[in-house]
Amino acid sequence: MIETSGLRKSFQTGRRRRTATVDAVSGLDLAVAEGEIFGFLGPNGAGKTTTLRMLATLLQPDGGEAVIAGADLRTEQAAVRRSIGYIAQGGGTWDDVTAREELVMQARMHGIGKAEAQSRATVALDAFDLTEYADRNCRTYSGGQRRRVDIALGVIHRPKVLFLDEPTSGLDPQSRSHMWDEIRRLRAEGMTVFLTTHYLDEADALCDRIAIIDGGGIVAEGTPAALKRSIAGEVVTVGVADAAEKAADVLAEQQCVRSAELRDDGGLRLAVDIGETAMPQIMRALSDAGIELATIELHRPTLDDVFLAKTGRSLRES
Amino acid sequence: MKTLRDIWLVFQRHMLLMIRSPLSILLGVSQPVVYLALFAPLLKPALASMGAGSMTAAYRIYVPGMLVALALGGGLYVGFGLLAELSSGVIERARVTPISRVALLLGRSLRDVVTLVIQAAIIIVLAMPLGLFVHIQDLLLAYVLLALITLSSSAISYGIALKVSNPNVLGQVVNNLAQPLMLLSGTLLPLALAPLWLRRVSDWNPFSWAVVGMRALFAGHTGDASVWQSIALLAAVAVLALAWSARLFARSVR
Repeated sequence: MIETSGLRKSFQTGRRRRTATVDAVSGLDLAVAEGEIFGFLGPNGAGKTTTLRMLATLLQPDGGEAVIAGADLRTEQAAVRRSIGYIAQGGGTWDDVTAREELVMQARMHGIGKAEAQSRATVALDAFDLTEYADRNCRTYSGGQRRRVDIALGVIHRPKVLFLDEPTSGLDPQSRSHMWDEIRRLRAEGMTVFLTTHYLDEADALCDRIAIIDGGGIVAEGTPAALKRSIAGEVVTVGVADAAEKAADVLAEQQCVRSAELRDDGGLRLAVDIGETAMPQIMRALSDAGIELATIELHRPTLDDVFLAKTGRSLRES
Repeated sequence: MKTLRDIWLVFQRHMLLMIRSPLSILLGVSQPVVYLALFAPLLKPALASMGAGSMTAAYRIYVPGMLVALALGGGLYVGFGLLAELSSGVIERARVTPISRVALLLGRSLRDVVTLVIQAAIIIVLAMPLGLFVHIQDLLLAYVLLALITLSSSAISYGIALKVSNPNVLGQVVNNLAQPLMLLSGTLLPLALAPLWLRRVSDWNPFSWAVVGMRALFAGHTGDASVWQSIALLAAVAVLALAWSARLFARSVR
């Protein structure tokens, strides 16, 4: 549904003699399948918004190609615009206009007739739980309501592809999970969703597939589960009442354990492939050897560990 | 056809916004009203040089000039609204739709014309008890002229706003542009008082021609050459200014 190759964009920064060219996006190759929620995960300034704005026809790429819903981004902008919806990070509604009026206006900007625009607005208000506030001015809305209006505006013309820039940035946890549900519902209706986020949990929970972007390029791509598996297996830590060294020897012989390491605090750190199946085996082996198990804990790698492994720094810090 | 529909759509939206905050129209008209009440009587002796023997005659000279000043000054400040919309994201939202780019600008310009028409009507009605009298055909021609001035000044303002893209800089530029244009068109102080070289400079100011045409209309001289000359000149200026700003806009928002 979206395919890019070598997409790039650079900006001039500074003034007069101190100008410098900054590569915001350098040579991006992407493929997003129909009906998938594709996430672009990366720290601020990584090039997420720039990429999104290029794909949404708002910014002219310096080079490279992209095809969106069968239309060439460079030569068929009008066709691209017909099949996409775009929702900016900051949204974009007039303060003194109601959500219903905005929805009708947005539909009409897409060339939809007045009567049809009005009925679509009513349907959209209902679908996004906005009917109650439909005839109040946008300035009175809460952050979550405002964001739902933004999304309703972005999909009023039933696009094939929806671009979402930081859909839940600044929302409270309840509004966030509400927003996730809305996005999943759009996918269930057959829409392809391309979103950017700097939230690890959002990329993990919401996206079918993600690309990790840093410094204008993709450093890793895949399903969240595969990405986490790719960097390292899972880790089980075991605490025993006594005979820690013997326990280490016993466990090192187990097939499911790749390596066993005795830590300074007397606990054992075991690298395993799949934690769920390894844990019962570890427990059984210890009990067979007559060693009393005090604690056992499973650590799964997070997307932050993936980010750390690929870029050398934590996403939380950057 | 599609462009016309899109212009109408954008115009409707901006009219709605205007109706929701009518205060801006009244605030825009408050300064001219103060001038009407306080400044015009002061000027009567000065206007005598233009044939104002009575207060009524003074208003007949002063009001048309002030209307031009209103159209010129009011129009030059509309760029702020455009910058606010550019930064709020509403224009970006429109840009992702197939709506005509030119319509996004022309719809606004039409709203500016309507604003001016309402403000001008308020001033004319307020000036009537003071002795102002205009024939309906002269008034309609005056409105045509005012609309052309507003289209020009607002288009210039949008163009500058797109060039500087910073409200603070826009304010400076507009101030520096509005002052000489106003003074050199004789809207507030009559140019008859000016030395000859200043009058020659003002000949190059199209808005100065507009003031002469407006005064002829308010004096009832419909057939005066200055009337068609000023309308033709301002029509040309409006077309040029609109073309310039529309091109800038289309390029900056693609």
